[in-house]
Formats: sequence, C-alpha cells, structure tokens
Amino acid sequence: MKLKGAEILLKALAEEGVDTIFGYPGGVVLDIYDEIYKTQFKHILVRHEQAAAHAADGYARASGNVGVCLVTSGPGATNTVTGIVTAYMDSIPIVVFTGQVPTALIGSDAFQEADITGITRPCTKHNFIVRKVEDLARTVKEALFIARSGRPGPVLVDLPKDVSQAETEYQESGPLKSAYHDPIYIPNLEALNETLQMIKQAKKPVIMVGGGVILGKASDELRKFVDKVQIPVTHTLMGIGAFPGTDSLSLGMPGMHGTYYANMAITHCDLLLTIGARFDDRVTGKLDEFAPNAKIIHIDIDAASINKNVLVDLPIISDSRSALQQLNKMLHQNHFTIPEDDRRKWLEQIRQWKEYAPLSYHREGEKIKPQYVIEMLYKLTKGDAIITTEVGQNQMWAAQFYLFNQPNTFLSSGGLGTMGYGFPAAIGAQVARPDKTVIDIAGDGSIQMNIQELATVVNYNIPVKVAILNNGFLGMVRQWQEIFYGERYSHTNISQIPDFVRLAEAYGAVGLRATKPEEVIPLIEEALNIPGPVVMDFAVDPQEGVYPMVKPGSPISDMDLGK
Amino acid sequence: MEVKKHTIQLVVNNKPDVLARIAGTFSGRGFNIESITANITMNPDVTKINIVTTGDSRTATKIQNQLKKLVDVLQVSHVRETKYGQREMALIRIKLTQETKEEVEKAIEELNCRVITKKSDSCTVEVTGTGNEIDQALTRFGPLGLEDMSRSGIVAL
Ligand SMILES: Cc1ncc(C[n+]2csc(CCOP(=O)(O)OP(=O)(O)O)c2C)c(N)n1
Repeated sequence: MKLKGAEILLKALAEEGVDTIFGYPGGVVLDIYDEIYKTQFKHILVRHEQAAAHAADGYARASGNVGVCLVTSGPGATNTVTGIVTAYMDSIPIVVFTGQVPTALIGSDAFQEADITGITRPCTKHNFIVRKVEDLARTVKEALFIARSGRPGPVLVDLPKDVSQAETEYQESGPLKSAYHDPIYIPNLEALNETLQMIKQAKKPVIMVGGGVILGKASDELRKFVDKVQIPVTHTLMGIGAFPGTDSLSLGMPGMHGTYYANMAITHCDLLLTIGARFDDRVTGKLDEFAPNAKIIHIDIDAASINKNVLVDLPIISDSRSALQQLNKMLHQNHFTIPEDDRRKWLEQIRQWKEYAPLSYHREGEKIKPQYVIEMLYKLTKGDAIITTEVGQNQMWAAQFYLFNQPNTFLSSGGLGTMGYGFPAAIGAQVARPDKTVIDIAGDGSIQMNIQELATVVNYNIPVKVAILNNGFLGMVRQWQEIFYGERYSHTNISQIPDFVRLAEAYGAVGLRATKPEEVIPLIEEALNIPGPVVMDFAVDPQEGVYPMVKPGSPISDMDLGK
Repeated sequence: MEVKKHTIQLVVNNKPDVLARIAGTFSGRGFNIESITANITMNPDVTKINIVTTGDSRTATKIQNQLKKLVDVLQVSHVRETKYGQREMALIRIKLTQETKEEVEKAIEELNCRVITKKSDSCTVEVTGTGNEIDQALTRFGPLGLEDMSRSGIVAL
C-alpha cells in the first residue's frame, strides 16, 4: 500500500518507539500536522520553537530516550538553533524535524526558506535533508540511531514539503544495518587491569564522574564499584545524580563554584579516575595546576575528548557502563582489597576539609536567602523531585544545595549555559515522567526568556512548578561586576519586572509569593499540593553571591570561600 | 612539540555536503588546511580526500579524532612521509628573456619538468613530485622570472 510522506514519518517514528512530539506548525509542515490530527499522535503544542527543542531535550534527559520535535521552515527552524546547540554541548539525544520549502524551490530564496542544514552543520551530530520520499523512512530511523548511539547528540532532519506530500510504498525496514561507525566500544582489558593496579597503589585516589555516566546508564555499576574501592567521588555539573549526593564518599561538584573539599581532593590526589567527563575549563581552572600530583585515567566514549584539554596517563575508550561492568567483574575475580591504612588517612583528610569549609551561607537576616529556598525545596520534596534549572546563580545554588541521589533528575544547560532552558525542559521532563514532581529553579531574568510556555503548561495541565529566585538582577552577571568590575552594575538591574504572581494568573496558572523567610515553607507546601502548574515568586536577598568561587584562570585550589 | 606538515587521508561518502562538513570541522576547531584534494575512487559511492595541515603531532591526532566523528567520514588515516606515496603537481609559468633562456632550459631539464607550452617570451612547465620537490622547483625558477603558478595539492595512496 502506498503511503504519504507525512504518514511514513509518523509510522517510522512509532516503530522507533517515539510516542511524543513537541512542536509548532507552519505552512510547509501542514501535511504532517494533518496526519497528526488524523492519527491522534501525541503532540505537545509549545508557544515558541526554542521551547520545543528544549522540551525534547528535557524529555530525553529525564527519560533516557530520544526526544523529538517538529517545526516549520525558515523562522521555525532557526528558532530551534539555541535548543540544538544546548543539546549538542551536553550530548543530549534529540531529533529535530524541520519543514522545508518544496525541493524545486530550494536555493531560490523562497518564502520562509532557510538553509537549516547549513546553519546547523557545526552544531548537530549529523543532519539530513530528505529529497525523495523513498528515503524518508530509512532517514528517520538513521536519525534516531545516530542521536542515541555512541556519544549522543542532536540530529536534524529537513523535510521539504513535496516530500511529505509524495507517496510511496512503505517498507518496514529491519534493524538498521548502518554504515556508520559501530559505537559500542569494548574496553581494553589490559588498560582496565592497569587501572586496578593503579588504584591499588594509590594513596590518595579520587574518582571524577561526568554526564557520560548518566548518558551511559552506568550509575548502578558506579555505585557497586565505589562501594568496593571506597574512593571519594566528585561529579561535574553534568554528572549530578550519577553518584548519590548524600553518600559519605560524595565530594559534590568540583571547579569554579564547586566545593572546597572537591577542589582540594583533586589538587592533592595522586590518582584521578575520570569517567565520562571532558575537563571543561569551568571544572579545571588553570590547567597546569589541575590535579598536579595525579596520574590521570580517562574513560570516555569519545576519543576526541581524550587528551583534548588535559593530557592523561591512561586513556580508555569505552562507554561508561561497559568499562565499569568489566572493572566490577575484575574486582570480584581478583579478590580486591583496599589498602586500609592509606585509605583511612585519605578519608580523614577529606573529612577535615569538609569540616573546614562546608557549603554554607549566612542564614540570619530579614530577607529570604536563595540557598534557603533550595534547601527547603529539597527537604519538602524529600530530595525526590526532578529539578531543572535556568542559568546563573539559581543554577549554581541548585547544584550546591539540592542533593541528588538518582541519575536523570538534575537537568541543566551545562555546556552552553542557556538562559530560558529550564522551564521548557521541565515541561519535557514532566511529560516523560508524569509520576514525578518537576521543579524549575529559575532566576527572574532567565524565566522571562521562555515565559510564554506558561500557556503550554496551562493548556495541557502539565503540573510543573517554577521557583523564581527573584533578586531583581541578572544575578550572576551582577556578581561578576561586583567582584571584577568595581561594582559598576552596567545593565544588570532588571527590577522592572512583571508581577509574576499576576502574570501566572493571567495565563491561568497559580501564582504564589513569599517575601519573608517564614513564608517559604508554607508556600512550598501549598505549591506542592496543587495538582496543576504553579509559579512561586521568592523575593530573595539581591546581595547574595555564589560561593565558594574560583576566579577564571586561577587554580581550583585558590578559592574565595565567601564573606 | 615540533610543528610540521601532516597529510590526512579520508575516505568519505560521496555526498554534496561532505566537503562542507570537513572544512567546517577544521575551521570550527581552529585547525588549518594547507591544501586539499578530492578524488573519485574505484567505488563511485566514496571519495578520497587528501588534506595537508600543519601542527604538532598532538594537533594532528586531535584533527583525526574530530574527523572520525563525522558520520559521512568512513576512514581516516595519517599518511606517513614516504617518498613515493605522496605526489603533487604544479604548473609554473616562467618569463623568458635573452639572458635567462639558457638557465631556464637547464633547470627544466635538471628538475625533470615537462614543457606544456612554449612561446617566445614565456613557457609553462609541469612538475610532479613530492611537496619538497615542488618547493625546490619553485625556488629554482623564482629568481629566473616566475610569473604564475598553481599547485594541485597532494594525492596519496
Ligand atoms: C541566553 C543567555 N543570555 C545571556 C547569558 C549570560 N548570563 C549568564 S547568567 C546571567 C544572569 C541570569 O540572571 P537570572 O536569570 O536572573 O538568574 P540569577 O543569576 O539572578 O540567579 C546572564 C545574563 C546567558 N547565559 N544566556
């Protein structure tokens, strides 16, 4: 039987297990939208295409599956670019379908034509333009395969209007015999053996994990491994949740706004076992003084990440789960025992660092402290919510003061630092995990970048909670102006903001406000009890800064611990 | 680390945007392309591309690792410096005057050039060889009145 391109698209997606599309219609995708209408394919209509891409990304991060979005050509397509780069930087598997003008018009500057494959070439893992309806089904499957395999990432598929209108015989294609690189790496056993030898010999070992452990679904193996080797674990921003934040071996996050003890442990360790992290400059600080005494082992699925920033002693190209599984097997076979004395001394040293400079803030005063809001969110959700963040101070405080014990529960734009990410990502996460409480921890600046999505959450009664840490400033930029630019607050005062409570209400959501510390707990309790979307507006102390802090370019051991 | 030339050979899917992807990988990551050639192979579905770049050996490895990630790049190899494995061709136009004519002819013979055209006041010759040999030819013809030249970039096996 012959099917239309639009039908083939939805059929191929369904065959790949995709059951939700985030999207926004327009002229060249009308045939696809007509098919969505007829088949009742689950589609969430957002209010801006950037939000469609972020929602697909949030869906992917929360579920561990590929997120999918669909937009029209030209401005619809270009509006997704920030979302695509956000996913690219954090290796998140999404597939973006963009409409395109009919093939005969491509290249003629037709109405709403944009060369979106050209535009996104450097920021997608791969992209396609489908020129024949016969290629469509296979391309859809390849796109999903590429997005989720190896080091995941965004893939874009450009669909000219005539291709979604044309008809062809639909053939169910079997499992993909892709010509593409086989992404499953089998870790080098010798190197893993050497890893265990190095662990045995190390007196002060540290494990650093990144997003690769979450993407590789290796958290359970990591726990088993750490349980056996008793090595303290630090996690990057992307690695939050890969290892339980409440575990006594957890060091929290390293780097610019990391913990004092994570940075000290890295600086003094003699072995740094890094798994699925890429030594971003926000983590390493001054490169020459990063882990200066350590042998470094780096396990990563992407060979291009190894020796890119930091030269390592033992590179291992593997996905995190295969490597950890194999290490656990070896530990078991070798009757591994830890060098007790050395380990006790090292853990004692770390305990002292933790005691010397725990994460803290001044609790006293009339004003609500933003950190306090996060602590209370943590307490009242029993640490069991999915948290998304915007970017800035809100993001760092969320990373510092909410403890995550599960992977796929902290969703934040780490690599690109995209303000406006958190709210639409929360929508995607909530759609993927309807059972969970999902909270976007936001700043008053960031939330305004995709605030239109209030219409989406009300439309579908998606019960996302937004907690705005309202400081009347672009807080993180203000903090840098305070420290590095002589308190000249150039264009960071945004106190001309809408009344978020009334704004939420105007959209049909619930808005709540707290201005005093004692109002925080009852407000959060009330919000969590409301079965629909809620905006919580916390008037927080605008003077508050994120500490500890390492100045850019300084070694990570050189920390300003705050006032 | 020593900065030198590296020849990287790619086998890629024969698709219209594959060159753009490769060039974009170089420019986006701050690597430099000194020369590039793309040639058909025995298999019409794939193309062979030779790129000469400069950098230390760590940079060369980084480039290769990035190129390997491109979906349409099927194979990446670093072509080692073998004398006959890498060839390049140049066309060189040289001015001829009464004084230089003899010198030029001598050079043409010694450098094993092929004369393509010859007029009373200029001649065009073809030189084939390693990159070094082409460089030598250019140095030799330079002072004799080199008018223009064009190099093919490397082909390698
Ligand atoms: C799209 C975008 N534009 C600009 C920036 C630069 N930037 C980083 S943090 C920040 C301030 C964020 O302010 P707000 O959302 O109020 O959060 P706060 O830092 O006050 O918690 C800005 C402007 C960015 N990260 N993303």
